[in-house]
Amino acid sequence: MRFRQYALPLVAVLFTASACKKNEPVVTAAPVPPPAPAAVTPQPAPPAPPVVDPNIAIERARTEMINTLAQEIFFEYDQFDIRSQDLAVLDAKAALMSRHSQVRIRIAGHADERGSDEYNLVLGNRRALAAKAYLERKGIDASRIDVISYGEERPADPSATESAWARNRRGAFEVTAGRDQLGTIR
Amino acid sequence: MSRWFLLLLVSLGAVPAAAQDPVRVGIDYRPGIRPRIVILPAAAGLDSARAILARDLDYADRFEVVVLPPGDPASTPLIAGQAAAAVNYELYRTLSASWAIQLERASAGMAMTVRLHDLTADVVRRDTTLAIDISGAGEGRMDLHRLSDDLAGWISGQRGIAATRLLYVERGTQRIHRVDSDGHGVVPMSPGGATALSPTWSPDATKFAYGVLGDDGQSPIVIQDVVGGARRTVPTTGGGGNHITPAFSPDGASLAFTRLTEQGSAIFRADVARMCCVERLTATRYPANLSPTWSPDGRRIAFVSDRSGVPQIYVMSADGTDQELMVPFDFGATGASYAPDWSPDGTRLVFHRDVSGAPQLFVYVVGSRQVKQLTSQGRNEDPAWAPDSRHIVYISDRTGRRQLHVIDLETARVRQVSTPGIARLPAWSPSLGGSR
Repeated sequence: MRFRQYALPLVAVLFTASACKKNEPVVTAAPVPPPAPAAVTPQPAPPAPPVVDPNIAIERARTEMINTLAQEIFFEYDQFDIRSQDLAVLDAKAALMSRHSQVRIRIAGHADERGSDEYNLVLGNRRALAAKAYLERKGIDASRIDVISYGEERPADPSATESAWARNRRGAFEVTAGRDQLGTIR
Repeated sequence: MSRWFLLLLVSLGAVPAAAQDPVRVGIDYRPGIRPRIVILPAAAGLDSARAILARDLDYADRFEVVVLPPGDPASTPLIAGQAAAAVNYELYRTLSASWAIQLERASAGMAMTVRLHDLTADVVRRDTTLAIDISGAGEGRMDLHRLSDDLAGWISGQRGIAATRLLYVERGTQRIHRVDSDGHGVVPMSPGGATALSPTWSPDATKFAYGVLGDDGQSPIVIQDVVGGARRTVPTTGGGGNHITPAFSPDGASLAFTRLTEQGSAIFRADVARMCCVERLTATRYPANLSPTWSPDGRRIAFVSDRSGVPQIYVMSADGTDQELMVPFDFGATGASYAPDWSPDGTRLVFHRDVSGAPQLFVYVVGSRQVKQLTSQGRNEDPAWAPDSRHIVYISDRTGRRQLHVIDLETARVRQVSTPGIARLPAWSPSLGGSR
């Protein structure tokens, strides 16, 4: 059941990653967190317009890349292993960061509200570090990745339900430098 | 019948106690026996003061407090200056009372005279006139709390804990708030707009330390003055990365805290007298170490570590050596244990441990190495000792939403300290202001 929830975004991400490699128009991965009911079907790539203002094209590509970099990953309760369905999300980030050497990111690790408030900060830290370690293994220099833990202090959904908790156990990604470079390199 | 039993104990105890300790005027406190105190009706204008004293003595959990309503046959006031009036004492003794507290307005303005009558010896043990704001408003409340603590000390030999304050984090605003131990005077302390966590008092109660969680990736430990609010960042904690769970050493010169690093979370120690000299105390490569708490002699630090898998309570010397398991547990059966706090008298640790999915309070007795479960209903977590090493403040949701609660270890009595928001991560101040 859980797989079904993730299936569509995952497909979108895979598509994004392969699209980048082939220098084809990038399709934004649907930024849908797992418990959200409405999955977004990836739009078929529109036919390339005959004449494109290069600035608009760069801006569009930049937005799409930032979305790719910002896409969240999620964790099982009290766990900090990267789930297999999130590997592609991280692969897409690693690919982008490899090609944009000025880009730096900060990974924020979050926990749900269960468990000890103070230990949840440790758990959030471990989740952020797990994502960082994966990106490092994909060749991204550690100095380009900061981590911070927000424990249970910044819930995406403050309600006390299983689906809210699942949504809150997340790794969030923020571009802290090199935005200008994004979109200029395909 | 119980009345005579009580009186017998009271009179037996009176002589040796008085001989041992010049401050102590009454009986030795005996667990399970709570001397009865009559709070006499007071003149107009003293109602607030009387109500505050009565409640403080009640919250001390050492006495049975009887507040006589006006018009009660037994409420004939004792005559000032004729304290040994035998007839009146006899009247209060019929209530099985051992002590009577009498308040009077002193002739001079804001002053109040307090008389402590020892009903077992027909004498006035204390007769003090204090300059005090009898309205019980503002800072005047704290003066009345100090008087309550004095009275508790004069009667039982152990000062009360009324003149204390609690710090806690309010969920939502994420600011540290302060509240008097009786639930009055809620004030925000840490600045708005920033998440503050895990407040802890300095031993002299002039400062408190806490972890800040900024939106900019910074997460330092900050020390803030209680008066004036000046803030300082503890060295090495301002350069990014999480810093959490600070704890002052008993002499106030050192601060232990946790840094979340890529090699696990480790406990560090900074010299906060000179604001320098940060050293690492735990060196284990991967596991988490956090939530340090000092023994009152300053020689040891208990903390949480998951080096054996599940988080449990460990202890080390204050220089980081001799790390060992402190609180015994059954591997694979005992739930994770968190948030230890070492009692001010050094004899016990309180902490919370997961039991069937909910945190519950436990006390570990250092001498006997025994573990006792204190709570079982709802969620009960993040405990902190009162300065009397007898009361514990913690967060409980037993009344619906998470609020401060206080439990007395000897009577098991629980009271809620109500605050407007949802309360988390409490810390209990030392006694504020010594004996007058």
